[in-house]
Amino acid sequence: MTPVEFLAWVRGPMFQIAVAIFALGVAIRIVEIFVLGRKQDLSEPRRDGVVPGIKTIFGRSIPDTGTFKRSPLNVVAGYIFHIGLFTTILFFVPHIELFHSVLGLQWPGLPTPFIDAVTVVTIFAMVVILINRLRNPVLKFLSTFEDYLCWLVTLLPLLTGYLAFHRMLFPYQTMLGIHILSVEILLIVFPFTKLMHFFTVFLARWYNGSAFGRRGVQS
Amino acid sequence: MLQPWNKNGLTVAERLQAEGISRRGFLKFCATTASMMALSPSMVPAIARALENAKRPSVIWLSFQECTGCTESLTRSHSPNLETLILEQVSLDYHHTLQVASGEAAEEAREAAMKENNGRYLVVVDGSIPVDNGGVYSTIAGITNLEMLRETAEGAAAIIAVGTCAAFGGIGYAKPNPTGAMPVSAIISDKPVINVSGCPPIPTVISGVLAHFLTFDKLPEVDDLGRPITFFGQSIHDRCYRRPFYDRGLFAESFDDEGAKKGWCLYRLGCKGPATYNACATTKWNEGTSFPIEAGHPCLGCSEPDFWDMGGFYQPLSTPTGDVTRTLVYGVVAGALIGAAAGSMARTRKIKAQKEHYKVTTDDLEESS
Repeated sequence: MTPVEFLAWVRGPMFQIAVAIFALGVAIRIVEIFVLGRKQDLSEPRRDGVVPGIKTIFGRSIPDTGTFKRSPLNVVAGYIFHIGLFTTILFFVPHIELFHSVLGLQWPGLPTPFIDAVTVVTIFAMVVILINRLRNPVLKFLSTFEDYLCWLVTLLPLLTGYLAFHRMLFPYQTMLGIHILSVEILLIVFPFTKLMHFFTVFLARWYNGSAFGRRGVQS
Repeated sequence: MLQPWNKNGLTVAERLQAEGISRRGFLKFCATTASMMALSPSMVPAIARALENAKRPSVIWLSFQECTGCTESLTRSHSPNLETLILEQVSLDYHHTLQVASGEAAEEAREAAMKENNGRYLVVVDGSIPVDNGGVYSTIAGITNLEMLRETAEGAAAIIAVGTCAAFGGIGYAKPNPTGAMPVSAIISDKPVINVSGCPPIPTVISGVLAHFLTFDKLPEVDDLGRPITFFGQSIHDRCYRRPFYDRGLFAESFDDEGAKKGWCLYRLGCKGPATYNACATTKWNEGTSFPIEAGHPCLGCSEPDFWDMGGFYQPLSTPTGDVTRTLVYGVVAGALIGAAAGSMARTRKIKAQKEHYKVTTDDLEESS
């Protein structure tokens, strides 16, 4: 397979396969969660669950003092990595073109050197997170293969994207192809792993927050 | 029919002298050729010596399934351009677009050149070769392109596949390829084949490869697609004068917006420059006037294989080529249906289990014990 054929394959059939698996997997899991519903709460509610639910969706984005004191590194690196990942995915102009072609939506991009710097910081934050996971005995004990897999499939698009943009390692067609393929691997792995938290995180917070609210418990 | 000047055995230098080119002019040409081929200046005397002694090689130009754009490109190397001079110094014994002779006389010229220069002549091919149904889709004087290529290649010293059709199949090879079009390299494997791709290729690149062959008696170093590295070693993007705009994230979003007027990067308008290797941005066209991006049009990637099948010309490089929106919608709808079915089944099981549940009292337990 020549670099041109490889690039044509990842932009063509392989992209379709990855998106099909991603869409199918994510839709099955989310719809199933809704259809299953929650166990009916027969007790008399202490108060309405809506406000505490919404409050929890946002409130849990701020780490409580206890958590921050216990593992400040994880919290800070985790924030940097998540914000960095969103910035690179959503505000790099070639990526906006991708969203435009698939979803028909577009928005202004950020200057390329800024995205470039954010990518480096994000990769660095991810490396810090991994080192922390390996060095902390409790975290290491709790870590499974899935945790390392998710870390890897998230890091690869960032790393290969950086290499492709700077035209390093391989001829551009090959490097761009590898970058697109790494994103396709991420899309395929997504519905089967904890990466699903992208869709379920706010859903879970809502369930928790509203349930606690009904019981009159602070969340 | 052989041209009379082919038989006089003049060397390149003698020929140039006869045409009134000074020694100074000749050395200048050698220096230009050396720099064009990225050779060290110390190679200039070697080139001069080689060209001085080189006999004008016989060149047989075969035009197959093509649009004549490659020949048009070559003839647009305006006289008295150095490229034209060097081309006058090869003996172009057969070129059915440019030659006066036609029919049997033309074919005789080819056969005579092949016979007289057996093992030494150069074959230049433009156009793809249709091979389906015995190659009936394109014939010259009743001979299929396939047959003519095989026959002519047999006694050739080397083959230069000029243009993307001859190099990679080009438009004829594009899906659905109704004629079974093939590039030269897919048919000839026992002769050195060099690909001078482009739609059309840059005239300087064609003459540069010829000059290299005259100088060193062999074809220049090639990349993994068989193209001379000297001309195809860098991408359009790497040498593009609009590159700083790409790096700064300034893009034209339509052909007449502010960005287009300010000459910003054409990436969002589908420029394939980042993935295209050619010399357009450095050598330029029409005697160094400009190249497509300079004229405000994105690079089509015409010197790369399968450029017709790489999605739309105006589709950015970072976008998928298929209809991903449809896949996404179908995927979500199918997923939602499966998810709903799976969820309902689980609910039904739960309700059934609840119905079958009955309460056990202490009395019941006492009774059973």
